Amino acid sequence: MSIKKLVVEPIISNNPIALQILGICSALAVTVQLKNVFVMCAAVTMVIAFANLGVSLIRNHVPSSIRIIVQMTIIASLVIIAEQFLKAYVYDQWKTMAVYVGLIITNCIVMGRTEAFGMKNGPVESFFDGIGNGLGYSFILIVVGFFRELFGSGKLLGFTIFDLTKDGGWYQANGLMLLPPSAFFIIGLIIWAIRTKDPSQIEE
Amino acid sequence: MFEHYLSLIVKAIFIENLALAFFLGMCTFLAVSKKVSTALGLGVAVIVVQTITIPANNLLYTYFLKAGALSWAGYPDVDLSFLGLISYIGVIAAMVQILEMTLDKFFPALYNSLGIFLPLITVNCAILGGSLFMVERDYNFGESVAYGFGSSVGWALAIAILAGITEKMDYSDPPKGLRGLGMTFMTCGLLAIVFMAFAGISL
Repeated sequence: MSIKKLVVEPIISNNPIALQILGICSALAVTVQLKNVFVMCAAVTMVIAFANLGVSLIRNHVPSSIRIIVQMTIIASLVIIAEQFLKAYVYDQWKTMAVYVGLIITNCIVMGRTEAFGMKNGPVESFFDGIGNGLGYSFILIVVGFFRELFGSGKLLGFTIFDLTKDGGWYQANGLMLLPPSAFFIIGLIIWAIRTKDPSQIEE
Repeated sequence: MFEHYLSLIVKAIFIENLALAFFLGMCTFLAVSKKVSTALGLGVAVIVVQTITIPANNLLYTYFLKAGALSWAGYPDVDLSFLGLISYIGVIAAMVQILEMTLDKFFPALYNSLGIFLPLITVNCAILGGSLFMVERDYNFGESVAYGFGSSVGWALAIAILAGITEKMDYSDPPKGLRGLGMTFMTCGLLAIVFMAFAGISL
């Protein structure tokens, strides 16, 4: 498979969230503000890419009976690096997402990709497969974060886009968008949109 | 004292429901919620594992990882809390493995009914999330037992409800693109709103 295909395919046609049902927890929880979304996406993409690379490099030396725990150790070490990095450079955002950064370990996208791809393919392909799946994950998160922040608080990345009525503007903020359940509805609608465009994904 | 634990349990089940308020364990939640019987099996497995691992991780955190926790061994200045994540996941993986062997030996009927779900629990974020919340909120041992039990019961309850609704939904006729996953997401959203009604209760 060409590298371009590995990177582009997971973004829409084989999206980890919308089609493979992987990595949903954090997709829902960190999307209130677009700023957090970018930090989270960068961390997850990095972890998937390097975990896939690491697993792929040692895939021929690991007996299959202990492969899960080996993969888990690689992933956990990478997540600790990511966590310490965020703590050092973007402390405020790390503070608001604290638990969810740690939860990248159990983010099933990472485990799912190392198990399904990293264990069977060479290091270069695995690395780019990781990048692609990270981007697919990021795509959904950014769309969800965009709508939640725009309609929930009239802002994007902290800049005011719609003037809120409570500050004398015209836009009445939609409180539902700030609440957790809105993420479910937005992802549901994204899935609907993707499947309308690509009917082969429809479940019977 | 008893009341304190009771309110902690009730809060963990309804108000801070792991699945519907914090979105933990969503992947298994959405994938397994097609039949009530499987959902219940998974729910029971989660309750058992969670009630054991959270107190275990609590002990690990208090006596090994917390800043100054190693003073009993003569190292009062050591702070190992950065090793938290990797130790918790290790404890969880080990517990699941031990539980699997114990159930296989002493309760084969339960073991067979849980089947594939038991190993899958290792990567269920509700379990790791529970441990991380326990650390973040600084629970003591007793509280962590109550929290472990309450939070997992809440998760099991949520997945059983969702499975029940999904089973009935087979008879409905949604637009083609919404069938399956899309519909499940919408239902979850509505369920989460329902559970938000509990947020007004103060304990």
